Amino acid sequence: MPKKQRKGPEKNSKLVSYLTHHLQMLIASLGYLSRQPVSTFMTSAVIAIALALPAGLYIALDNASQLSADWDGTTLISLFLKDDVNIKTVEKLAARLGQSKEIEKVSIINRDQGLKQFQKISGFGDAIELLDENPLPHVITVQPVVDQQSPDKVVHLVKTLQNEKLVELAQLDMLWVKRLYTLLDVAQRGVWIIGSLLALAVLLIIGNTIRLDIQNRREVIEVSKLIGASDAFIRRPFLYTGMWYGISGGLIAWLLIAVSLGIMDEPVQKLAALYHSSYELSGLNSNDIATLIAISCILGLGGSWLAVGRHLSEIEPS
Amino acid sequence: MIRFDNISKRYPGGFEALSRVSFHLPRGKLAYLTGHSGAGKSTLLKLIALIERPSRGQIILDGVNLNNIRNKRIPQIRRNIGIIFQNHHLLYDRPVFDNVAMPLVIQGYRHRETRKRVRAALDQVGLLNKEKVDPITLSGGEQQRVGIARAIVHKPALLLADEPTGNLDPELSREIMELFARFNLFGTTVLIASHDLDLIKQMKFPTISLNKGMIESNDLLVPGSLGQAV
Ligand SMILES: Nc1ncnc2c1ncn2[C@@H]1O[C@H](COP(=O)(O)OP(=O)(O)O)[C@@H](O)[C@H]1O
Ligand SMILES: [Mg+2]
Repeated sequence: MPKKQRKGPEKNSKLVSYLTHHLQMLIASLGYLSRQPVSTFMTSAVIAIALALPAGLYIALDNASQLSADWDGTTLISLFLKDDVNIKTVEKLAARLGQSKEIEKVSIINRDQGLKQFQKISGFGDAIELLDENPLPHVITVQPVVDQQSPDKVVHLVKTLQNEKLVELAQLDMLWVKRLYTLLDVAQRGVWIIGSLLALAVLLIIGNTIRLDIQNRREVIEVSKLIGASDAFIRRPFLYTGMWYGISGGLIAWLLIAVSLGIMDEPVQKLAALYHSSYELSGLNSNDIATLIAISCILGLGGSWLAVGRHLSEIEPS
Repeated sequence: MIRFDNISKRYPGGFEALSRVSFHLPRGKLAYLTGHSGAGKSTLLKLIALIERPSRGQIILDGVNLNNIRNKRIPQIRRNIGIIFQNHHLLYDRPVFDNVAMPLVIQGYRHRETRKRVRAALDQVGLLNKEKVDPITLSGGEQQRVGIARAIVHKPALLLADEPTGNLDPELSREIMELFARFNLFGTTVLIASHDLDLIKQMKFPTISLNKGMIESNDLLVPGSLGQAV
């Protein structure tokens, strides 16, 4: 052969051929899945349901805690003061309490004011006229700064206020807030447990699907090993297949959640209207979606990694 | 190129398929491996390709002691060998071209170079016009030749063939054997297992014959040893 102009190298550099093969397998595995759309869809749908359930519960909880955060704003502690305290002292106390950083707002209900309100609301107006002395004490209402993370602080504040010399009785209006928090806490852990179990299920589903894929492509694997393909080379298409299963499962899960929220939105609005409030369900923000897809992608890779690790070495040329 | 030193192979279950086999196949030579069915021919080839490991003895392949090769390095060794099987192991999910290209893809050859070499290999086995065809539509002899093209496409130094003419009629068998002789002319070392004694006699190449796992006659004595004819 005559020597002509220099040819380029026959082989790609290791890095280039490594990256090229990755890219080829990324696309080839997608092609492989799209050539069997029904079984791909079924597997993805099962994965999607397993992902949508915990993700949906997570959103429900998120909404519930937002709801309770709204109501926290109206958490009030009423301080019923001792009988013989005069209004000047009350104002001083109120001013002092107002300084505390645990307290958002303080207001005074003068005993005369209180009586008038009571007359109006209760309908006992005439009967109260007959009393020669106002039976009501001065009242200070305290709106605490609510730290969502530790509802115990409010209870602690109530205790501190109870110990004030002038205070006869400190009463927290909304003990149920604490109960709700505890409930949400329990529910949150429940979601974590369900989520972990279903993540495990996704891992197993993908692992099993990849195991079947490996068996179906036994011939290719054997021949590849015979002609000197490395384990990593043979593993690659299966890992990418698993990853695509995960991602498509994640995308379908997103769709399922969006549709479910759409269905729930109207009745929730109606319910809110009954409480003279407007409330909008918050859906998945872009962060949540990215997290969902990332988790499903990782589960896909993990599941196929498990299957590949176990079953690829079983296939040897003979 | 290949040197067996007192190789024994006992399969799980205790059956000894090879007993104290020694021979030396120099680089650039072509040799036949004969023996009745079950004599251990396939086992011997599998030991060279690291599909099986010997129970005793050592194999030196191209200066490398195969006993020292860990599983991780097996692919590297196999890339220098072309292997041809009786049941050609073609993949029916892809056309002829892709079948033949596999060794080049695995080794990261560039696209253009791959095309060139696959064409050249198909040309050598006389199937250049079949590159786009599905292998399932080819005759037995043609499929076998596609398998051969795949085994030589990356120009391996050593070619192993296990009963490459097993299913073919005498004329096709002869053609295939001549093909191997041609590769050998270009410097490839070739070892062919076959029980077609008539054909082997015609081809006039050195022969090792096995009987029940032992060497019966050997044209490829290890230099400096006394041989092992029984
Ligand atoms: N994987 C195996 N496990 C157990 N015995 C085997 C295995 N492979 C081959 N044998 C036995 O080893 C002997 C030699 O087999 P083989 O090398 O295939 O012979 P040949 O190729 O000459 O016909 C046979 O008796 C066969 O039954
Ligand atoms: Mg055999």
